[in-house]
Formats: sequence, C-alpha cells, structure tokens
Amino acid sequence: MLIRRRWEALTEVAIELLIRLCGISAILFVFGIFFFVFREGSAFLFHGFKFLEFFGSTEWYPTSQSHVRYGVLALIAGTASVTVLAMLIAVPFGIGAAIFISEFCGSRLKETLKISIEMLAAIPSVVWGFIGLTLMNPLIMKLFGAPIGLNVLNGGLILALMSLPIIVSVGEDALKAVPDSYREAALALGVTRWQLVYRVLLPAAKNGLLAAVLLGVGRAVGETMAVLMATGHAVKIPASLLDSVRTLTATIAAELGEAPVHSEHYQVLFIIGILLFMITFVVNLTAYLFVRGIRGK
Amino acid sequence: MKLSASALLVATLAWLPLGCSRSKQPEKTVIQNTGSDTMVNLAQAWAEEYAKVNPMVSVEVSGGGSGTGIAALINGTVDIANCSRRFEPQEIEQAKKNTGKGPREFTVGYDALAVYVHKNNPLEEITLDRLAEIYGEGGKITKWSQLGVRMPAGADEIIRVSRQSNSGTYHYFREGILGKGRDFKLGSRDMHGSKDVVELVSRTPGAIGYSGMGYATSEVKMLRIAKKAGDKSFAPTVENTLNHTYPIARPLYMYTLGEPTGPVKKYIDWVHSDPGQKIVTQSGYVPLPKTGAQR
Repeated sequence: MLIRRRWEALTEVAIELLIRLCGISAILFVFGIFFFVFREGSAFLFHGFKFLEFFGSTEWYPTSQSHVRYGVLALIAGTASVTVLAMLIAVPFGIGAAIFISEFCGSRLKETLKISIEMLAAIPSVVWGFIGLTLMNPLIMKLFGAPIGLNVLNGGLILALMSLPIIVSVGEDALKAVPDSYREAALALGVTRWQLVYRVLLPAAKNGLLAAVLLGVGRAVGETMAVLMATGHAVKIPASLLDSVRTLTATIAAELGEAPVHSEHYQVLFIIGILLFMITFVVNLTAYLFVRGIRGK
Repeated sequence: MKLSASALLVATLAWLPLGCSRSKQPEKTVIQNTGSDTMVNLAQAWAEEYAKVNPMVSVEVSGGGSGTGIAALINGTVDIANCSRRFEPQEIEQAKKNTGKGPREFTVGYDALAVYVHKNNPLEEITLDRLAEIYGEGGKITKWSQLGVRMPAGADEIIRVSRQSNSGTYHYFREGILGKGRDFKLGSRDMHGSKDVVELVSRTPGAIGYSGMGYATSEVKMLRIAKKAGDKSFAPTVENTLNHTYPIARPLYMYTLGEPTGPVKKYIDWVHSDPGQKIVTQSGYVPLPKTGAQR
C-alpha cells in the first residue's frame, strides 16, 4: 500500500514536471531563436559594422567586387510602404467586418462568414504570391497604366487580404467582450444601431480593436513569400504606389541560401533578422499592453 | 532557401519518378548534380536520356544558381556542379582547403547570353555600351526614348529585369558587360531563375532582361548585339556563337572535385559524346565544335 502510494506520488511529480516543461518550452524557444540569430550576426555587429551606413544608405551591394555596401534604408522603406498600404486597406475593412459579424448579422450568416474568413487565413502565402504575380500584375498594368504590375500596390493589396482574417477575428472577440448591459442601456436610451456602434461599442472595445490592428501589422511586417513574388523585388525607395520595392524579409529569403556561411554578407542578413525581430517584438508588446488595458478595466 | 517557383517545380518533378524506381532497385548508383539555373533544363534532359542509356545510374538534378552548385561542391555534397561561370580563384582555394582536391573543369556546351525585350518592342539591336548604360551603376539611360524607341504614354521607363546575386549569369553580365568592378544600378527587378526573367519580360511591354538563349519563347524578342555603335550586330544563334561573332557568348561548365572516376567520369564522357551533344542542341543551346569535344 505504502509502495503504491509512493509510486503514485512519483508519477504525479513526473507528469507535473513534464507539463511544466511544455509550458516553459515556448519561452525557451523564443530565447533560443533570439540567441541564435544574435550570435550569427554578432561577430560583425561589434567589429566593423557601420550603423550609419546600415540605416542611412539605400545602397545594397552585398556581393560587389569593388565596393561592398550594406545599406538597408530602401529595404526598410519597402517594408514600411507595403505595410502602411496594407493597413490602410485592411483596417477599415477588417473592423467593419468585425462590427457586422458581431452586431448586425443573423446567426446563420455569422457562421458562414466566420468559416469563410478562417478559410482566408488558411491560404498558404505562396498561393497569395502566385495570385499577385499572375492575376494582379496584368490587372494593375491595365487599370493604372503602370509599366509593371509588381509594385507597392500589388504587395499592399495581397498583404491586406492576408492580415484581414486576424483583424476580423481578434476585432470580433473584442466587440463580443463588451458586456451586453452596455448595449441594453444604450438601446433603452433610444439610440439608433449606428449610434450604439459609434458611441458605445467602439469606445468600449477600443483597446481590443487596437490590438487587432497591431497583430495585423505584425503579420504584414513578417510576411515573406507573398511579398517576394508580388512587389517586384527591386531595391528602391518608392516614389509612388506603382513603384517596385523590396522588403527586409524578402531580402533574407532571397540571399541567405547563397551567402557563404559566416561571411560578412551572411552576418548582415542575420542583423536584418535582429532588426525584424525587434520590430515585431515592439509591435507585439504594444498589442499586449493594449490587451492588458482592456482586462484592467 | 532557394525558393524559385520554377526550380521547386523542377525539383518536385525530378523526384517523382526517381522515388519509385529507386525503391525497386536499391543497388542503383546515384550521381548528385546541382547548380546553374541556366543549365537546369539541359541537365535534366541529359539525366533523363542517360537513364535510358545506362539504367543502373540515376542522375539527380537540381538548380538554384551557379553559386549554389559551387558552394555544394566545396562542401562536398554533390558529385558534379553545373556552372554558367568559372570558379573564382578564392573558390578554388576554398575547395582545396575543404576537401584537399581542386575543382576539375569540363566545358560541356555554350550559351549565347540573350538580351530579351517584349515581342511588341520595336527595338531590334543594341550595343554593349548602351547595355552598360542601362544596367550599370551611374548609367545614364533610363527611358526608352533615349534609345529612340517610342513607347505609349506612361510606359517610357525601362523596366530592368536582372537576377539574384548568386547567379552565374548575373556574374557574367556584371563582368562581361558592365566591366570589371562596376556594379549594377539599383532598382532592377531581381528574379530568381532564368525562366522567371523571360516570363516577366513577356508580360511587361516596357521590360528588358537577360537570360540564357535556351529560354526563348514566342512572347519575347532576342535583340541583336553589336560591340559598339557602328559595328555590325549579331543575333544569338548557334553559328554566331561558334564563330565568336556574338559578343556575349559563354561556355557552360561542369565541375568535379579532382579527376572524376567511375560512373561520374562515364557520365561526363557521355555528355561530351555525340548523343549527349545532340541534347544540347535540342535544349536550345550551342554544342561543342566537333573537333574540340574532348577537352
């Protein structure tokens, strides 16, 4: 009897340890990845890395024979322009869709809509890139008279469609979290449905909606394959929506395979990785702080 | 992380039949063959034909660019590297340091590096200097009107299509046309495969691009090239490549580590033989001249 009880206690402890390990593993992985990325880039980061050139120059010549230059300003501009455009399109549509799903539509339509939006999220990014390359490219050339259809507009539209599902589902959750007593109180005062949304729900769900937008931004900044195919992959600060650009992520994807391991070029690509890591970290942290803001209330 | 869509497709197709046949005959010899994207279709055609000639040997082909093939050979992970450019001195040193053997070079055919424009582009010929002004850093030509070509309103900009920087074609173009030490003008669309360049040019009326002659389609036009203004210009054809009148023709290489032996040597010998060279012609490239076949 005593032996059996001891055995049970032991398995209890073992299982608890195992589950605890599973829980902590996510933290270990994040730190492990950050450590690895940082280590690969660190040798060059501390010896001979020119911050001013890196952030201030648009000249990206990693394999030049005469004068190697690592300026990522044009790549940052590329990522920023595509992301901003994507958010300008996705935020109104996404929040609008979230309001419709949560407040206006019947339960059957609601299910259909939610399933189709989840389907949208499940489309692989290379398929989105393919759509950008073969469908949107000729369309943009025809509609806008652009010399080439692989540009900021194409990449921004594709990214908007890709980040919509996140914005819609997180946004809908935020609206659902507003207590029904708010709605009832407002309706009792005789407001119209539009006034209810505009005056009561949006202010009440403000933080959650902001978190939805920021998660969408994180998705857009980190996307690689689709933008590699849809933006034209040209190192250039865009002067208009119809200019081709190249993003930070696409540069890593396109060049890491060819860069000899531990060469300067390889290490600079990892430094770009650190930069991306920091951008998404800041975006996610802000989103988290906003979400915590809702719960705190 | 070579993510060219066409390369992926080729790799997938290459795997399908091999996976089945290998499971039936496990004693088959496998030759790994990686590298130049210009040569990937040609190498695949060789591999398929050789499977009929010698069913006991299967050649597994993948692309990715000459730089990928060279890196793989230096790391000792492939038997043969396909290259559309020569090994550079430091790469030979690296190979010796890593494996103890220097790379052995075989010329297996020629490619006329073709300059492509859209099929509706009225331009027929161009000089090397002008190409350098279009593609080179600091080059002055950015508009079709500067070349005397009238484009519809709004499409005057020359859309430069280029390659990713580990491509042998990119290196050859940089050295052969821009001149030693000169870099590309930024803002070109850098494609990931020879075929992608031709495809983008075929879809873009204002584009110009460079790629192997084997990738020509009816949707694009290959320009005749002259050395300088006033010279006679030549089309990228088999004759013009063999008699050296086409100015940007280049050899296509296969590299092995040290002198090849056994099945690898037999394969390269077969590539040099008449049946092997016939496939070069069929793939749209230029075969070795009859006399110098065994270099």
